[in-house]
Amino acid sequence: MTATVTAPKFDDVKVGDAIKPIVLPPISRHQLALYCGGSGDHNPIHVDIDFARKFGFKDVFAHGMLSMAFLGRLVTSFVPQSQVRKLGTRFTSITWVGDVITVSGKVTGKREANGEKLVDLEVKCTNQDGKDTLQGDATVALA
Amino acid sequence: MQLDKGLIGHKFNAFTTTVEAGKIRLFCKAIGEDNPIYVDEEAAKKAGYRAIPAPPTFLTAVTNDDPDKGGLLRLLNVDIGLILHGEQHYEYLAPVHVGDRITCQQQVVDIYDKKGGALWFVVSETELKDQSGKPVAKAKGITVVRNPDAAKK
Repeated sequence: MTATVTAPKFDDVKVGDAIKPIVLPPISRHQLALYCGGSGDHNPIHVDIDFARKFGFKDVFAHGMLSMAFLGRLVTSFVPQSQVRKLGTRFTSITWVGDVITVSGKVTGKREANGEKLVDLEVKCTNQDGKDTLQGDATVALA
Repeated sequence: MQLDKGLIGHKFNAFTTTVEAGKIRLFCKAIGEDNPIYVDEEAAKKAGYRAIPAPPTFLTAVTNDDPDKGGLLRLLNVDIGLILHGEQHYEYLAPVHVGDRITCQQQVVDIYDKKGGALWFVVSETELKDQSGKPVAKAKGITVVRNPDAAKK
């Protein structure tokens, strides 16, 4: 990864254009521990298997917001962060330890608002079985 | 279990926290983000930022830095093991950088149930302002509460 991400020009972007997907390493317990500390989400259900089982889960599972951070990485691989206007998601299924998540996205719309040229994106996380775990959207400003 | 819809409109105490470089570094390590702008001030400045920027979803670490952490669950009287994250949305109004002091004000905006009360949804919105009082972001989250009584029926 280089520091400089060069955004495409508004006129060069077409509805349906895909963003280059990112395939992530399998989710590990170590990563969940790091995210617990890094995000300040200390819910033990993501790091303490005894606690997770007590509440009816077979194992710990990933923070939804960890996967949303992957959506953020995808969008900031497409445009510099200073051009990101919105990022949102629904968490549609649980991400388990060992899951291999692919983040992908495509252009769904182009418009102008508040004096800016905006591009709407559909972004999502999909697991190794092809099931969407996050269904999100983003808006970026292009020149 | 039934949540109190009378809590709609409840405003939590605002709090202020400083965006720290070390915390962004740990956050980036956790999410696998390796763009040097998030760890190296020179790289950030070369890329046009006035300081190291907070990654888009680092705002969750900002809002989680509440000294009254867990306030929503205490308000609802819900055990943390019963919640799931339903949705999260961020609107970015101005950049957030290392050194910024961000004030967060969270409010409950809706509470409703689905599946005959088996699942409850609590919608909250948080306004984030910087040290000059300028709004920098709006966050909207939906917390899903699993009704432990529903499974017993």
